[in-house]
Amino acid sequence: MAKAKTGKPHGGLATFFTRRLIQAVPVLLGIVLFSFVILHLAPGDAIDVMAGEAGTGDAAYMAQLREKYGLDQPLHIQLLRYGTQIAQLDLGYSIRNNAPVRDLILQRVGPTLLLMGVSIVLSVAMGVLFGAVAAIRRNTLIDDLISLVALLAYAMPIFWIGLMFIILFSVTLGVLPSGGFYDVVRQDVGPLARGLDVGRHLVLPALTLSLFYFAIYTRLMRASMLEVMGLDYIRTARAKGLGAAKVTIRHVVRNALLPIVTMLGMQTASLLGGAVVVETVFNWPGLGRLTYDAVFQRDYSLLIGILLMSSILVIIINMLVDLAYSWLDPRIVAR
Amino acid sequence: MTGLLDLWRLFRRKRTAVLGLAIFLAIVAAALLAPVLYPDDPADMVAPPLLWPGEDMAYPLGTDTLGRDIAAGIMHGARSALMIGGISTLVALAIGITVGALSGYYGGWVNDVLMRVTEMFQTMPQFILAVVLVAIFGPALTSIITALALVSWPPVARLVRAEVMSLREREFVQSCYVIGMSERGIIFGQILPNCLTPIIVTASIMVASAILTEAGLSFLGLGDPNVLTWGAMIGAGRESLRSAWFLVAEPGLAIILVVLSLNLVGEGLNDALNPKLKLR
Repeated sequence: MAKAKTGKPHGGLATFFTRRLIQAVPVLLGIVLFSFVILHLAPGDAIDVMAGEAGTGDAAYMAQLREKYGLDQPLHIQLLRYGTQIAQLDLGYSIRNNAPVRDLILQRVGPTLLLMGVSIVLSVAMGVLFGAVAAIRRNTLIDDLISLVALLAYAMPIFWIGLMFIILFSVTLGVLPSGGFYDVVRQDVGPLARGLDVGRHLVLPALTLSLFYFAIYTRLMRASMLEVMGLDYIRTARAKGLGAAKVTIRHVVRNALLPIVTMLGMQTASLLGGAVVVETVFNWPGLGRLTYDAVFQRDYSLLIGILLMSSILVIIINMLVDLAYSWLDPRIVAR
Repeated sequence: MTGLLDLWRLFRRKRTAVLGLAIFLAIVAAALLAPVLYPDDPADMVAPPLLWPGEDMAYPLGTDTLGRDIAAGIMHGARSALMIGGISTLVALAIGITVGALSGYYGGWVNDVLMRVTEMFQTMPQFILAVVLVAIFGPALTSIITALALVSWPPVARLVRAEVMSLREREFVQSCYVIGMSERGIIFGQILPNCLTPIIVTASIMVASAILTEAGLSFLGLGDPNVLTWGAMIGAGRESLRSAWFLVAEPGLAIILVVLSLNLVGEGLNDALNPKLKLR
């Protein structure tokens, strides 16, 4: 089939996205139902929280509020309401922050995506490089060293790595900021200087978040390289006289990358969870920091909103990963 | 018994696996000996605050800002880490094996529904889900263990499902139908015992990741306030990160040792239980 060879998704991009969105619907409905159940199993409802906020416990007033928000309706009516509300991308209202949940989340998505994106690039690049070196120099000191580092990085709690980086790079060496998004003291700077400043603040969080995934990709790349190196077509490439470097880069590395992309897709959800921890360590103003604040403000609607939005984010990122997959290996058609 | 001996013979061929097992057993010993060596509540103030490690040999790992003995905390922390990691893994295995066995054995709509549910739990970021559950249901041991189990069962379900799907077509299972064995007997007596190998390997890694997730929760202040954990020790030590970094470093090293040892044991078990993989 000529079409598949181009590496484009089956039936074009629009069809690909439509099909994937339709497939995502039952999962999303399930997650909405799940969040509804959690909210209803939670001790106390939004009105209790509101009343606690206002410092009143007047029963008549609370009953009136429940009626106003439809909390006196039977459960299935409430679920239907909740579902329609979410379908209109209305995630509820955060009484604590006095703003719609959706707006609160959208304000914070940017920094989180920046952190995640840089961490993905960093961990894949380092993982592919070190994994490939370990495989080429297998059973040497370099291989052992790389494997040891990967083994250790795989066992370290992410937040602990972050704190150790702060001690080393911010407290002891004093070369990098220990937290925040940019230097709030410097106000009147141009966009370029501000960008560089954000970059400087990004170094430690991104390194911290990528270290764990670097460990996974290094191990995977090493194993995958070793497997590909033993295959017949590599022998063929050597036999026809291609240089070692060319064989390695063009034939081995490219094919060994496929499991990495698969793994990358499987790690999206976990990476987003890791970002939450890293953001609280480094005071990075993203979704994680928002989650942390919501936990301590007991802002349930905000918490559930974050859970829903992050699930949607995972679905979107996974679609993009599948596209990358068909680009790397034209035989695979993204469906 | 010979089976176990054979397993050990294969297991010990890998030095890192033996090292991992040794570290893990040492940590189990520490957890068991904690109430003997440090019978007092590790949350009690026993010495001047902020003694550095080695400053006073009665407190080899130093004391924290409230004068609590860190060595006692680390040993009691081993108890809670192993207990929380172990129980939540058992619960997750129970959920995962049930879901995987049902959807793999019955297929059809049962499989469709259960796999959508599995997918749902893999779409929600595990750590965020755990945070939301513990934040809403309160930071108590039961809700923490439930949350950890709820976020870690999907890989088990997928694994068991794949195994069951291939096993149910095998001749020894088919012959069980012929002799009229009950479905329950076939699933529990014939199929599941044959999936045990990959489940055991997965379980050791699951305990490790449950310990990491729990540490993350208690670091964020979502641990059970009545249980002393390494994550909570790091969270408390963070306040004095600049002046007394050992408060953060020491419990972190304990977490690394446990997780590392479990990963090494899991890897060793994997190689020992699948000796054919080595030959490829």
